[in-house]
Amino acid sequence: MDITFVIEKFILVAIIFGISLVIAMYSTYAERKVAAFLQDRLGPDRAGPFGILQPLADGLKMFMKEEIIPTHSSKWLFMVGPGLAMLTACIGTAVIPWGSPITIGGKIIPLQVTDINVGVLYIFGVVSLSVYGVMIGGWASNNKYSLLSAIRAASQNISYEVAMGLSIIALLLVTNTMSLKEIVEMQHGWHWNVLYQPLGFLLFIICAFAETNRAPFDLPECETELIGGYHTEYSSMKLGFYLFAEYINMFVSSAVMATLYFGGYNYPGMDWVLQITGPTIAPLIGTAVLFLKIFTFIFFFMWVRWTIPRFRYDQLMHLGWKVLIPLAIANVIITGIVIAIVEKF
Amino acid sequence: MEPLTSKKKVLIQKPLNFAERMYLPAIGKGLKITISHFFKKEATIRYPEVQREMSINWRGMHSLKRDEDGKERCTACGLCALSCPAEAITMIAAERKPEEKDLYREEKYAAVYEINMLRCIFCGLCEEACPKEAIYLDGPIVPSDYLRKDFIYGKDKLVEQPLEKK
Repeated sequence: MDITFVIEKFILVAIIFGISLVIAMYSTYAERKVAAFLQDRLGPDRAGPFGILQPLADGLKMFMKEEIIPTHSSKWLFMVGPGLAMLTACIGTAVIPWGSPITIGGKIIPLQVTDINVGVLYIFGVVSLSVYGVMIGGWASNNKYSLLSAIRAASQNISYEVAMGLSIIALLLVTNTMSLKEIVEMQHGWHWNVLYQPLGFLLFIICAFAETNRAPFDLPECETELIGGYHTEYSSMKLGFYLFAEYINMFVSSAVMATLYFGGYNYPGMDWVLQITGPTIAPLIGTAVLFLKIFTFIFFFMWVRWTIPRFRYDQLMHLGWKVLIPLAIANVIITGIVIAIVEKF
Repeated sequence: MEPLTSKKKVLIQKPLNFAERMYLPAIGKGLKITISHFFKKEATIRYPEVQREMSINWRGMHSLKRDEDGKERCTACGLCALSCPAEAITMIAAERKPEEKDLYREEKYAAVYEINMLRCIFCGLCEEACPKEAIYLDGPIVPSDYLRKDFIYGKDKLVEQPLEKK
């Protein structure tokens, strides 16, 4: 391992980390703006032109707030909770291929931090871990609402992970690989997986909503029932970390959906673009296309939030166990049969 | 029990059909409605910069009028204070001195004229009671403030600006 490799990876990690933080920051702004537009309002427009400095003002406010740690909380866990939520939200971006390898000065640099051959499993592991931040925070607060929220978050994530995993198994039958890079390269041009796995994608996106605790599955933090849920007792930047982690999760799951089902950085006519622009510019265009897909998904997340009311808890469990899982299993079986038939003839 | 009126209507809840049980068509419909609002004109008025046009009988802050020569019309008769149901108006009358002839229209004038904007209910009875057409509620919305004493508006805030000198 030479030193340039380390520097190269370090720069890439720093860029991706920075980008995910900035996107999470501006997701809070976008959420408020989208909410406003969907409700015929204006949204924040005072801080800077069109309110684009609003996230900075919010962040400053969060830092300036008094930090309150409840007397009867378990202090160490109370402090670990938000950090863990943030950490697990951020490390998911490591295996996502952000673009095809880029050529800079005759050197080929892959736009992916690490291409592990079980990338899909890694994503799953990270997503499963993300509930620990919520659980630990809810438990450590020593507050009944927070505890209820933690229990809800745990059972919700476990229930929907099963369906999510099963929907991914059908995808893996199609792709024959767990490496995200290979999955993306197979979807060259127009051969996006969503065309082969429409039901699988539908199941996956529903589960993604549940995993990121977004409406209509935002039961762990519903304001009306649990007064904020697991972050009821949190204040200052600890609260900020929780809110931030939610938006980073949203960004990561959008990126995963774009990578697994919508062809990642592939787009129709990419070979033609590669011929015209050369190996330095073309991967950047691919990255821009990937980000466009990610932003579309983030917008969709927000759009759904202001359309569908929250599920009741028994409805949530009913949907998870009695609808999504049977559908996902049926999807696996049908996909398997179709692949067997196609390979035979 | 026999229905007391003929308006009784029995509602039958039909079991949902397959498409309805799937929820997805309904969700699609809902998404269509919300996205149509995305492109609609927003109802918000950016208040301090843009002000909504008030109706012609809108009653805002009071103003004490001057006549065409720029003299104060109020003669401190006290009818406005008498008519005020919220008892928001206080005044102290004074006699006009000869050298103040171009300041006040009549021999008597209000040396102190105070309206407590926290008491005022903007009913407009003072305007109706005034025989001299001296008070009108034709101003803007009364601005907010921090202290109660700052809501007691004296003549400095109520009297119209003097006419431009020719």
